Amino acid sequence: MIKTLVQIVRTGILTEEAPQVADADLALSEIHESIRRTLGRALCIRHVDAGSCNGCELEIQALNNPYYNLEGIGIKFVASPRHADLLLVTGPVSVNMEEALKRTFDAISDPKLVVAVGDCGTCGGIFGKSYASRGAVADVIPVNHSVKGCPPAPVAILQAILQVIR
Amino acid sequence: MIREFQHGTKALPSNLPCRLIKVGAVEWRQIAQRVRTDGGRLLTLWGADDRDRDGRYRVYAAYLNANGVDVIEHEMDGGARPVYPSLCEFFPSSLRMERTVFDLLGIRSMEPDQRGWLRHGGWSESAFPLRRDFESNSQSAAVSEPYPFVQVEGDGVHEIPVGPVHAGTIEPGHFRFSVVGEKVLRLEERLGYTHKGVEKRFEQLPLEEGHRLAARISGDSAVAYSWAYCAALESITSADCPPRALQLRALALEHERMANHLGDLGALGNDAGFAFGLTHFSRMKEDLLRTNQACFGARYLMDFIVPGGVVSDLPAHAHRLLLDRYRTIEAGTASMRNTYDNHAGVQDRFRETGVLSPELAWNLDATGLAARASGIPHDLRADCPWPPYDKLKPKVSTQPSGDVAARAAVRFDEIVESLRICRALAGGLAGGSVRNAIAEAAPGLLGIGVIEAWRGPVLIALETGPGGSIRRCHPHDPSWQNWPLLEFAILGNLVPDFPLINKSFNLSYSGQDV
Ligand code: SF4
Repeated sequence: MIKTLVQIVRTGILTEEAPQVADADLALSEIHESIRRTLGRALCIRHVDAGSCNGCELEIQALNNPYYNLEGIGIKFVASPRHADLLLVTGPVSVNMEEALKRTFDAISDPKLVVAVGDCGTCGGIFGKSYASRGAVADVIPVNHSVKGCPPAPVAILQAILQVIR
Repeated sequence: MIREFQHGTKALPSNLPCRLIKVGAVEWRQIAQRVRTDGGRLLTLWGADDRDRDGRYRVYAAYLNANGVDVIEHEMDGGARPVYPSLCEFFPSSLRMERTVFDLLGIRSMEPDQRGWLRHGGWSESAFPLRRDFESNSQSAAVSEPYPFVQVEGDGVHEIPVGPVHAGTIEPGHFRFSVVGEKVLRLEERLGYTHKGVEKRFEQLPLEEGHRLAARISGDSAVAYSWAYCAALESITSADCPPRALQLRALALEHERMANHLGDLGALGNDAGFAFGLTHFSRMKEDLLRTNQACFGARYLMDFIVPGGVVSDLPAHAHRLLLDRYRTIEAGTASMRNTYDNHAGVQDRFRETGVLSPELAWNLDATGLAARASGIPHDLRADCPWPPYDKLKPKVSTQPSGDVAARAAVRFDEIVESLRICRALAGGLAGGSVRNAIAEAAPGLLGIGVIEAWRGPVLIALETGPGGSIRRCHPHDPSWQNWPLLEFAILGNLVPDFPLINKSFNLSYSGQDV
């Protein structure tokens, strides 16, 4: 236990400032405030892998590491779509995941914000459309914002999330 | 080893010693039996539609034997109901691969379990996507078909279905538990949700671009897959990859291994109720990804390895950055290992949880990291080293206990060994270029690339077509062999331990769904 505490103290706080929204210069506290104003509480995100290669998942997971400290700016991942304000969807939509994705979308509460992540989520990526892939997320459910990259860096994903809730 | 079957034998282009042996149906089974008794392993199984060329269907089995890879080819008449003998009796991991060969090609093995595996109803039962006459861009409305799970009967037994969408940021798959109270009596997996037609997609790409798709088969193994693809193509074209490029590829592969191990060790701590572990390991992983960005130009190396070499050399200050990073990872990992080892709560959750005995591991065809944690000392980097591993002499790490603790311990050991390899590579980089041009490939050639990725061996079987096209490309992920292990490792454990046990294997969905 002592060792653990010593390590905590030695490490200090690693969190970097939240990224700036592309067209505005919002400080961390303002982002906090804007989330609270819009939603009256923390922003709850549900992630759905609709057929990704797992690369995008790794960068979404990175948002929880101490550098990006997602929870610290009032954003948390939730297990149930019913608790979610925003759906983060990765991958080209595989035919085998189409129904599960639509069901999850139906289950989230209004206003049903959706961010499509990665080149695949945005346009189908290298997999494109085929007998097994429906391509872009927007071809299956309505999408508010997309973030390109293969995979997009955590900061880019965070920017997209902030953009869509503003 | 299989000398008596050598009549139709020829050498195959590969980064490992590799032969092709053509056999009839009887020998197809005899060879499997012989490989099993001699201690060889089934690497992968795939099929091809060659009716356009010679009126035949073919199945291939690739085995890893003491002297390298043996690819066995068996051809069938291209009539209405092509069949071949199942290999499940000798290699149980063959079952899901055989079901997949049917889903994609309509070639049936003589195995009683004929349920679809990758086909969930998204395309017609009578359409087979990998046949030459299948229109790959055809889309049909998905009909979700019920899947007949095996039922467990008895007093107080009930079923818990989980997935395909899971809590948490992970890939989709379905798990059907049969439980009494909280105790798991049976687990049946249903995978295939992320099937996106990768093998058919390969056939639309030129040979010189296939590595980009290969890198995206399982994003956490991008380096391994793109290397395996390039190894196959370079072997086919007898290309010379510059020594410096091979060293940079190995450096990238070891970074990939470490990044995944660091991520998994953090997640395992977290699943055992020790969030502090996640904080520290996820920080070290992030540091390593940022080093990748600075040295290789990207956090995840989807496009670093290209046919003939790598896309770019290290920047001038890379050596310093790398050594600094290795030092912090070494210190941080050693200190966290000490913390995990001395944390009663973590040890209590890790030990004797999700046990896969060495005997069961062997019988079920366990491979890679999961096999090493159950006492099977296989690692291609040491057993069958390709350049530059022939000069690096990697040490194989094993654990006898087969539990979550063993799978964590192997990861800890492998980080240490990867650091040693990386320092040796960084300190002894050859001079010269990092990329050579490759010659145009002749059509109709089969080449095999095999790379020991962090989970186990990934394989690419690549067949060239006319005019620089891909005729057929079959990728194989070690998760094919290891997913069925999880169904056994969970038995007798409690349902709430499933996330921890599952994480300790951390298998790829996308890599097996392709
Ligand atoms: S965008 Fe790239 S990393 Fe993300 S799912 Fe697609 S291939 Fe994988």
